[in-house]
Formats: sequence, structure tokens, C-alpha cells
Amino acid sequence: MHRFANPARFLQIARPLTGWLFWSGLLLLLIGSGCGLFLTPADYLQGDTVRILYIHVPAAWLGMAGWSGIAIAALMQLVWRHPLAAVAGRAIAVPGALFTAICLLTGSIWGRPTWGTWWEWDGRMTSMLVLFFLYLGYIALAHASARQGSGGVSPVAAIFGLVGAVNIPIINRSVVWWNSLHQGPSITLRGSSIDTTLLWPLGLTLLGFTLLFGGIVLMRMRAILAHNKIEARMQRLARG
Amino acid sequence: MNQWAFVVGAYALTFFATGLISALSWRAMRVSEGRARQVADRS
Repeated sequence: MHRFANPARFLQIARPLTGWLFWSGLLLLLIGSGCGLFLTPADYLQGDTVRILYIHVPAAWLGMAGWSGIAIAALMQLVWRHPLAAVAGRAIAVPGALFTAICLLTGSIWGRPTWGTWWEWDGRMTSMLVLFFLYLGYIALAHASARQGSGGVSPVAAIFGLVGAVNIPIINRSVVWWNSLHQGPSITLRGSSIDTTLLWPLGLTLLGFTLLFGGIVLMRMRAILAHNKIEARMQRLARG
Repeated sequence: MNQWAFVVGAYALTFFATGLISALSWRAMRVSEGRARQVADRS
């Protein structure tokens, strides 16, 4: 990992990778969504609302994966002082928060015709809402440390990122630990309870959204690194 | 209750938000890298 600690070496890889991740992700996402909307049959119980699954599940995955990324970046920042870790943490925060919000909103839209309610204070939905608030707190802390002149995030924000990771297993196990309107885990290591005629487009949208997310994070990392470069040069010029 | 209205609403929201963050991130990257090049050329 320390091989990529040099921003110049990182940018050599990130520049071509950004476009590849973004465009391949977008293509897979569009194909998967098109197939999910028009090729798969309606569910015998949920009807056509089951099609929301193809965007809701990837959004939930990215919300949780995003915070896991922040926690790993925080660990690398605090333990190994990896110079790009703080930049990565800051770059993940806004897209992570956005996909958590998409997960909450699409879940709510799915819940109205399926459960008869927009919202229920059950374990899964509440813990996901807590994740969204954690993101907002992290973004505020990261923004404050950026204004103080640090390129990435402060150690306080990194510690917040690590502590907030405790919510990830709670979200994952919430449907097992508490009685919930939300269904139990549909996809596990042992297999899936979703029929394959409905399941296959989910693989496409999951991969598509993940690649797209990677592309967006790289764009934001490149923006932060370029901004840091400007700041450093301006300070050098000011000193004469 | 027309189920397709909920499906279309969910997809429209997701694609709008994803498009917006993609466009904003791309613009931030282009603007920052352009400025960094300008500053490097000047000094």
C-alpha cells in the first residue's frame, strides 16, 4: 500500500482508471436497470414494485461499503500515516452519504405500496438513518479540517470514522436481532432466496453502481490533490 | 394504486442524484486540475 503513498504515482494510475471505472460502471448500470425494468417478470406477491430492488440494494451496499472505506482509510491514516488515506476518506464521504439517502428514499417509496407505510422505526431503517447522520457529521468534521488547511481530514474526523464503523454490523444484523417489517437477509454466502429469473439484473446493477462509485471517488480524490497542490504553491509564492 | 408510478419515481430519483454527483465531481476535478496546471505554468 505504501507504494501508492506518493500522490504522483497514485495519479499515474488514477488518471486512466477514472474514465474506465466511470464509463464501464454507467454502461453496466444502464443495462442492468433496463433489464430489471423491462425483461424480468413481476413478482407474484409484490408485483412491479420488486423492480425497485435493482437500485435499492446497490445503494444500501454502497452506503455501508462507503463507511467501511472511511474506516479503513482512517485506520491507515492513524496507524501508518498514509498520506492518501485522509484524502480518500474525505472523497468517499459525500457519495457515501448520497447513496445512503438514495437507499432510504427508494426503500420508503417501495414500502408505501408493499407495506402500506412510508416509514417504520424498525431496526434496519433506523440504523440506516443513523448511518446517514454519521455521514453528515463526518462531512462537517472533514470540511472543518479542510478549512484549517489540512488536505484530508483531521485525526478527530478519522477517529469519528473508526468509531462510526460500529454501526455497520448493526445494520447488517438488524433484521436478525429484531423483529422487523424489513425482510430477513435474502442473499447470503449459502445462496439466495430470490428466484434467479429476478436475481440476475441485480448482479449487473451492483457491479455497475460499484464501478461508478469508484470512478466518482477517484474524481474527488484528484480534485482534492489538485487543490492541495495549488494551496502549497500559493503558500510557497507568498513566502517568496 | 399504480405500482409503476412508484417504480418510475424511485428510478428517476436515483438517476437524477447519481447524475448530479457525477457531474459535480467531474467539474470539481476538471476545475482544480486546470487551476493547478495554470499555477504550475506561472511559477
